[in-house]
Amino acid sequence: MDWMSRNLPYLMAGISVGGQYALIAIGYTMVYGILRLINFAHGDIFMVAGLIMVYSTTVMPIYIAIPLMILVTVLLGFLVERVAYKPLRTAPRMSIMISAIGVSYLLQNLALYVTGGLSQQYPAIPWINDTVTLFGATTKRVTIITPILTIILVLLLVTLIKKTKIGMAMRAASRDFETSQLMGIKINSVISFTFIIGTFLAAIGSLLFFTNYTGVTPTAGAMPGLKAFVAAVFGGIGSIPGAVIGAFIIGICENIIKGLGWTTFSDAFTFALLIVILIAKPTGLFGEKVTDKV
Amino acid sequence: MSTKKKTAWNAGLIAALLILLFLLEQVMPSSSMLFTVLKKGAIYALVAVSMNLLNGFTGLFSLGQAGFMLLGAYTYAILTIPVEARNSVYQYFDGGIIQFALPVPVALIAGGIVAAIFAYLIGLPVLRLKSDYLAIATLGFAEIIRAVFQWDKLGPITNGSNLLRNFPSFRSVLFPFIVAGICIALIVMLINSTYGRAFKAIRDDEIAAEAMGINLAHHKRLAFVISSFFAGISGGLLAMYQTTIQASMFKSAMTYEILLIVVIGGIGSVTGSCISSFLFIACSEWWLRFLDNENLYIGGFHVPLLRPGFRKVVFAIVIMMVVLFYRQGIMGTKEFSIEGIANFFKRKPVGKKKKGGASHE
Repeated sequence: MDWMSRNLPYLMAGISVGGQYALIAIGYTMVYGILRLINFAHGDIFMVAGLIMVYSTTVMPIYIAIPLMILVTVLLGFLVERVAYKPLRTAPRMSIMISAIGVSYLLQNLALYVTGGLSQQYPAIPWINDTVTLFGATTKRVTIITPILTIILVLLLVTLIKKTKIGMAMRAASRDFETSQLMGIKINSVISFTFIIGTFLAAIGSLLFFTNYTGVTPTAGAMPGLKAFVAAVFGGIGSIPGAVIGAFIIGICENIIKGLGWTTFSDAFTFALLIVILIAKPTGLFGEKVTDKV
Repeated sequence: MSTKKKTAWNAGLIAALLILLFLLEQVMPSSSMLFTVLKKGAIYALVAVSMNLLNGFTGLFSLGQAGFMLLGAYTYAILTIPVEARNSVYQYFDGGIIQFALPVPVALIAGGIVAAIFAYLIGLPVLRLKSDYLAIATLGFAEIIRAVFQWDKLGPITNGSNLLRNFPSFRSVLFPFIVAGICIALIVMLINSTYGRAFKAIRDDEIAAEAMGINLAHHKRLAFVISSFFAGISGGLLAMYQTTIQASMFKSAMTYEILLIVVIGGIGSVTGSCISSFLFIACSEWWLRFLDNENLYIGGFHVPLLRPGFRKVVFAIVIMMVVLFYRQGIMGTKEFSIEGIANFFKRKPVGKKKKGGASHE
């Protein structure tokens, strides 16, 4: 029991962080599934969502600020796709990825300009920030809410993709981009919708993620973004359940490593895990096997 | 133009450039921003060309450049800190365990070799991966290397997460130019050799190249190791330029910057990478600096929005413009050469593909 209560906080933190990574990772994996693009700007959109929350709570009550933050973030994701990725639809894949890096660079520098490079205090959100005791371990309520909320959102998303017309269009587009266009699918609206869902989940993820941290800095999105992407690759990019499971595994492993006192290596371990899985199973845990046709 | 004549022209140009730099240094104050840009630009040109060798000529999308620069920079710094300065640098680790100092050129090459050895080891598993997977795996390796170098158990060698300093640096702008120039010339010679043609064949079509008898694994590994070797040397130069180094400097953002330089210069153009690295550094460090000045007046008009950090926003927007509307980059896949210019002035149709033009530096 003593061992349990000593290690439980790390495990719970791991599950919670895993849920937050999962919400970001879905954005990566869905965009990759359709456009074959590593959306490097996704982590920075996540950071911008945090900053919007910081600035909006200074002028309005929190119950207006949260929906507004989600709305503005979704709008940002939509605009990024329209301005930076849509004109490059026919360009080689490299250019669109460079464009994503450019957007990431722009968002970081913009955040640096607005914040003046200082870490911004994230507002304390009532209720989810309260302390609760679970199995003798004290933690914030957000730690318990995150995995539950993540699973609910993922189930909703999977239903959306499996049962609705737009979901069917998304599956078709990710299977074969050109043929789905020929079948009358409006590819631009499908892609926009993908970005909207991705950024919506990232906005919720940022709400949960930054509650656990004291501040938002212009580069705060880079590491979680990269790890969420690793989680998506780990689970097999293009697969939503894969991304979620990958994110939970990475979140838990990372916190166990921290619990063992190897904090320096918590980031490195994530990447080591990724490389091991890629070598053993090059398309990730649940990825589709690709065969090259000559 | 005959090959001999071309070589003579190029040699003459390089000599003229070096003399010009030498004269500039005599005339202008050494604190001028021009020299900062030239030094840093030469170093970035080298690492950009080394990345171009992988991304542009071999078609291997690797994002590990910052990691290999870190290896080069650390090897250089660890091997050259004078023995008498070691106690103050390694103050938390009893002066470290290395108690000798090597001469600068040896240490620079050692930095390259260490990076190359690591690249060989990393390449064994990673080079089997394709495109994006390779990119993310190499990015991951760069992050792992960064974490390992900050580990305090390795402190007696790497000084943990503390600064390394007191190693020899360069004062003249000629030094980075000559070193980077030699390295880039070597890369150009490699690209024009049989190996280079094999690399290009792999880039254009792996399966066809294999069918033609090119050993894929061998050539990919070769390109990866050579590219990392030169990234290591440029890391050593960067350490010399900055006079202090720390593992936390070599973030993935650094790799992205180098990738942007390569793309802006044109993927598959050595001279493009060189030109764009100077432009990139000049824009980010020098030409846009006035935008950070809060009290800028044009006539009697107080320009709004200006405050520290605005320069980088404008710079990022400029980069986005280039990426969106100028997809081929400055040079495309062409090379800058005397012949090209001569043809341009003669208004003669340029030959099928402009060739030659070793490092124009």
